[in-house]
Amino acid sequence: MTGNDKASSPPTVAAPSLSAAIEVDRLVKVYKQTRAVDDISFSLPRGSITGLLGGNGAGKTTTIAMIMGLVLPTSGRVSVLGRAMPEESAFVLGRMNFESPYVDMPMRLTVRQNLTVFGKLYAVKNLEGRIAELADELDLTDFIDRANGKLSAGQKTRVALAKALINHPELLLLDEPTASLDPDTADWVRAHMERYRKENNATILLASHNMLEVERLCDRVIIMKRGRIEDDDTPEAIMARYNRTTLEEVFLDVARGRGNGAKEAAR
Amino acid sequence: MTDLSLHHGISLHRIGAMILRYWYLLMSSWPRLLELLYWPALQVITWGFLQVYIAENANFFARAGGTLIGAVILWDILFRGQLGFSISFLEEMWARNLGNLMMSPLKPIEFLLSLMVMSLIRLAIGVIPMTLLALFLFHFNVYALGLPLIAFFCNLIFMSWSVGIFVSGLVLRNGLGAESIVWTLMFAIMPLACIYYPVSVLPVWLQYVAWALPPTYVFEGMRALLIERIFRIDLMLEALAINAALLCASFWAFLALLRSARKNGSLLSGGE
Repeated sequence: MTGNDKASSPPTVAAPSLSAAIEVDRLVKVYKQTRAVDDISFSLPRGSITGLLGGNGAGKTTTIAMIMGLVLPTSGRVSVLGRAMPEESAFVLGRMNFESPYVDMPMRLTVRQNLTVFGKLYAVKNLEGRIAELADELDLTDFIDRANGKLSAGQKTRVALAKALINHPELLLLDEPTASLDPDTADWVRAHMERYRKENNATILLASHNMLEVERLCDRVIIMKRGRIEDDDTPEAIMARYNRTTLEEVFLDVARGRGNGAKEAAR
Repeated sequence: MTDLSLHHGISLHRIGAMILRYWYLLMSSWPRLLELLYWPALQVITWGFLQVYIAENANFFARAGGTLIGAVILWDILFRGQLGFSISFLEEMWARNLGNLMMSPLKPIEFLLSLMVMSLIRLAIGVIPMTLLALFLFHFNVYALGLPLIAFFCNLIFMSWSVGIFVSGLVLRNGLGAESIVWTLMFAIMPLACIYYPVSVLPVWLQYVAWALPPTYVFEGMRALLIERIFRIDLMLEALAINAALLCASFWAFLALLRSARKNGSLLSGGE
């Protein structure tokens, strides 16, 4: 059953659940003539880590932006930590955070200054202590007083992750968090996200093009194509359904329109 | 950032965080600091010498000492006040930091209040040295205007914020392609605000437009003070009333443009 099939079965997704971190119900976003997101529904339980997959233009970033309240849906409903977005965002923005390649940290400010400003915006208690803790955990100490613009791509990603974690978020939205990182740094970032989720029972929604990353981290995968949900299950179940051994092969099947055939063959 | 800005209180803590962010930026960049001082100083020196020359050759200007240089200083309060507001806003666009702020608990009203405070700080850095230059080079003491100066200042700074809020909303909605409006919109007001000449110079139909702008009242008031030695409190109160309406309208426009930006997804791109 695909996500869109699920959308047509309201009881599965429409009934609000107190334990859900994110609930998306029949969400649609239309830009002029383009349906960027086309009637999708899903619900993410607290403490889960979910991968949002799809090629360029599949609607992943728009979906995450609507969950964050940065983009208004054309129709449908999003609720985050039990509050409707964006109407009740004031109640939840302090309990969530995000990292995205579409935003940067101010380049002229040092890492410490950036974390101080964002820590104050999120009203973090014992901010100096929290910054020291993050510097230690994410290995920022050597360059904490260096301007953000003078850091390498890997260092900037770690700083962005530190900003995303500064308020101990219950919900973390990550849009391609390891893009443009070397394999060693990317692996290191993944390990940290995994640890953070386990230690804090945090919910993570991760949009990525890196299938190995999704296989390693996610206990659930939502595959999007042309704004619709093409499939929604555990990585193992999806691979089995497509009769494939890696998510990368599944991704290619879906991207090249072989998805249904492969699924049929598997049946 | 939420649309519910007015319903859940304002946090001084978050406003302080944003002021700290801009302060760090100013202190990390000497060209930014120099730029604040450079243009006001150049303005006052150029117009100051022009005032000296005209006063030596025209009876009226000899009698109305300081109207030109006073007008230059007050115009700079208006123009630099708006730039101080808008440039701090643009820094977020240039830094691609707006998404981080929009996703934080910062509310639009808090963001705008922090930009207002920054416009005052940037104005102080640029205009106080300018007034001292006017005093030492041309013996024009703007502070000798006394209490009326406070009325002039308030009306000009309120107007600069209204324009700053409105153009920031336009850039938010249309991306950096609309950046040029930030630098040019105030100049559209310039001929109608009657900075260097009385309103009576304008054609009658244009005078109605001029009187819809608070700066017109300030510059008329300044001339009345310097030439006739009369403080026209009526003009200041009328300007204050128009300013109150303009500030409300600009805040409403900012929220409408923010909502429109959310609708068309421009908060994600922010580019041209």
